Amino acid sequence: MSTTVTREEIEQRVFKALEEFGAEPDQISPDAEFESMDVDSLDLVELAQIVEDEYGVQLKGEDMEGVKTVRQSVDLVMSKLG
Amino acid sequence: MSNGRPDGCALVTGSSRGIGAAIAKALAREGWPVGVNYRTDADGAETVVKEITDAGGRAVAVQADVSDPEAADTLFKRLEEELGPVLVLVNNAGVRADGLSPQIDDDDWAKVIDTNLSAAFRLTRRALRPMIRGRFGRVVNIASIVGAERANPGQANYAASKAGLVAMTKTVASEVARRGVTVNAVAPGLIETDMTEDIGDGLLQLVPAKRPGTPEEVAACVRFLVSQDAGYVTGVCLTVDGGLTA
Repeated sequence: MSTTVTREEIEQRVFKALEEFGAEPDQISPDAEFESMDVDSLDLVELAQIVEDEYGVQLKGEDMEGVKTVRQSVDLVMSKLG
Repeated sequence: MSNGRPDGCALVTGSSRGIGAAIAKALAREGWPVGVNYRTDADGAETVVKEITDAGGRAVAVQADVSDPEAADTLFKRLEEELGPVLVLVNNAGVRADGLSPQIDDDDWAKVIDTNLSAAFRLTRRALRPMIRGRFGRVVNIASIVGAERANPGQANYAASKAGLVAMTKTVASEVARRGVTVNAVAPGLIETDMTEDIGDGLLQLVPAKRPGTPEEVAACVRFLVSQDAGYVTGVCLTVDGGLTA
């Protein structure tokens, strides 16, 4: 599964999740900080679940520490898929 | 969707008899398919399942010792396959191993904490994932007035487990409230069951209602907390004790 997922697909999935969490679509960008989009810690837990369910990548709390932007979260998933 | 709530099922741990059996039957009457969990009493669990199915409901008996760390996944996978996502979790399974503190050994301490508290946490953790994603869920932890509300000599392990359960309830409730998931506790006082038949008379004198409660009276509180009507009730511990701790 991991070889077929592209960076763009993961980024789009994260964008979609952020919209579901209530972020304003025009605020969502690769370098926008989660905090500025009112995305909180529970949202990030749910994002980790989505990633696990859909890409088979397990993200622990410690992995998510320091992840503040969409780009960083996509980097993290890509590194785990690697 | 039925009655405006998402489709799924309820899991009641330790529901082959007593309070758990009454809760399983009450939730089935509300239309929830129910997983009737038991550890050893297969006959009791089958009797509960039969009563539910005879009344037109759906239920399956599922064996698991909840103190086994693998149990949460086993139970949930089985129920997700047979009855759909678990949207209601009632952590009812509980054990006692009484003794005055100098006589409670490590095994009796660990056994009670594992079953009454750690297992409830593991099951809750497993339940929350689909509940958070589905924006609906109900967790009800069966605590006790022994613990946070009252001391009962000879139950240091039990009291610690139940007080911990209430603290866990409040904390998890505050974490997931904005996803439509409620987490509450029910604290029974003296209830007429097999588990309490040896602690009757002395305590009964202190109960303002002058009678023990019934499993059905505890189940009625759980039924309310699980209902759509209780969507704004979360993080509470509802006491059902005939006024004992009033």
